[in-house]
Amino acid sequence: MSVTIAKERWSSKCLETVLGTGVKQVKVGGDCTLPFLHFEGEIPNPPAVALEVFDAPPQEWPDFLSAAYEGVLGDPAAWAKKCTDYGADLVALRLTRTHPDGENVSPEEAARVAASVAEAVDVPLIVLGCGVEEKDAAVLPEVANALSGKNCLLGCATQENYKSIVAGCIANGHAVIASSPLDINLAKQLNILITEMNLEPERIVMDPSIGALGYGIEYAYSIIERMRTGALMGDKMLAMPVVLLVGQEAWKTKEAKTPDAPDWGDQKKRAILWEVATATGLLHAGGHIAIVRHPESLKHIKAHINKMMQPQQY
Amino acid sequence: MILIGERINGMFKDVREAILNRDPEPVKRHAVLQTQNGARYLDINTGPTVAAEDQPATMEWLVKVTQEASPLPCCLDSTNPDAIEAGLKVHRGKAMINSTTADQWKMDIYLPMAARYGAAIIGLAMNEKGVPKDANDRLALAMEIVANADAYGVPMEELYIDPLVLPVNVAQDHGPEVLETIRQVKLLASPSPRTVVGLSNISQRCPNRPLINRTFLVMGMACGLDAAIADVEDNDLVDMAATANIILNKEIYCDSYLKTFRQR
Repeated sequence: MSVTIAKERWSSKCLETVLGTGVKQVKVGGDCTLPFLHFEGEIPNPPAVALEVFDAPPQEWPDFLSAAYEGVLGDPAAWAKKCTDYGADLVALRLTRTHPDGENVSPEEAARVAASVAEAVDVPLIVLGCGVEEKDAAVLPEVANALSGKNCLLGCATQENYKSIVAGCIANGHAVIASSPLDINLAKQLNILITEMNLEPERIVMDPSIGALGYGIEYAYSIIERMRTGALMGDKMLAMPVVLLVGQEAWKTKEAKTPDAPDWGDQKKRAILWEVATATGLLHAGGHIAIVRHPESLKHIKAHINKMMQPQQY
Repeated sequence: MILIGERINGMFKDVREAILNRDPEPVKRHAVLQTQNGARYLDINTGPTVAAEDQPATMEWLVKVTQEASPLPCCLDSTNPDAIEAGLKVHRGKAMINSTTADQWKMDIYLPMAARYGAAIIGLAMNEKGVPKDANDRLALAMEIVANADAYGVPMEELYIDPLVLPVNVAQDHGPEVLETIRQVKLLASPSPRTVVGLSNISQRCPNRPLINRTFLVMGMACGLDAAIADVEDNDLVDMAATANIILNKEIYCDSYLKTFRQR
């Protein structure tokens, strides 16, 4: 008996965003159907994976994570180069030193570090602020200026601080991460506010906020899924690609941090699996760029993506 | 909710004079305004004063002028098949034919025309005997249109059944029958045909016309109405359609929903 494969027909598709310049440019989005359902519609670009670089040696990383970057932890440019050696599609620089409770370095100093990292690698650069909205509003425009023309992805812009960040992106040809707190209505509203400033919708990437596996991943999953179905049904203000800040969530879980738990197995293996499971799970919801920390995670996630990008025979 | 702007119609004095003088400006003004206000189609009707033999040329002129001012497709509104075809020939994009009735001879003209030009089409649930008195008779005629559309290769998603709205001041008993028809048309086929009403008919010769139109639009939407030929230049009407769309979960909410509804 022959089986008829049920195929959904969508009226619209996701926007396609291009990051970086030259041969290592990364294109994400443009999907005409739900993730990896090649038999239903075209999926022109595979999801991309970024490795994270800090502007100072991280304090709370477990040894086996720091060990992967031994010798470069104090040198962001060298660290970024190491990430590309590991095969990262993009590098995500996190400007931790700008945090007002810490070193509180100036926007100019942060921009200098960002420029040195951009100089060292040929893959597209993502630059993340310290997460304090006011400080990021001052730092990211300076970074945007220092990286002018490099078509980077800067974030995170929120409803409180998007104006100066978006203005910096418009003036210097970058894309922006629009961040919302696990709330699809606010995500859509922020996209509208940003496009009202005349940044092209193709230059917005959505960060819906995520939780790691076991820490609310299902909320992020269903929001990302609704964003995708909204986009496919013609909602232009939810059609932007989705970035997943996986590393920052996965590495603060108890499962990644606890060394002695015999029932849970080896910590290194467990922590990496946690990062991989969080990333791949959310790629299946509709994520386009996963930012992770361990090179082993990168390898596993890329292998998974390669498998999932093989066309199905129906 | 697919709003079809009703304003480019020779029944209105300014458009009638524009047609008479071949003055494109009033037509373009209505095209732009309705486009900005969230219309998805622009209805084009030569009006009753144009002689039958002049209707094809007038329709052709109106479609060209309208589409010079707006990217939207047109809803070609005429009882003259030659006028409809003249409009289809110069139309850019996917047009809508307004309309066929359930009379076999009309369906034999318009449904093949829709299939040939890849146009959507409105099917009025009435025939030469007039407007049916209740929902059941409307549905019987709607079913004939559905069956013929299927036979002529018009997809159900491109067939808009119009249950026929009558003025509330003279035909009050038709209101509930129309709403019931809107509900049940969806059961006639899978995938379902769509539904459309000529909204402003409900308020002919009544005071408070905009209020009656707006109220009926929202009631129709609650029953599953897909489209309406309506006064899109009435901002409150468009706001109510946008709000009903949100409440019916047809679009994901955001604070600027009144604006996004108009931008689609």
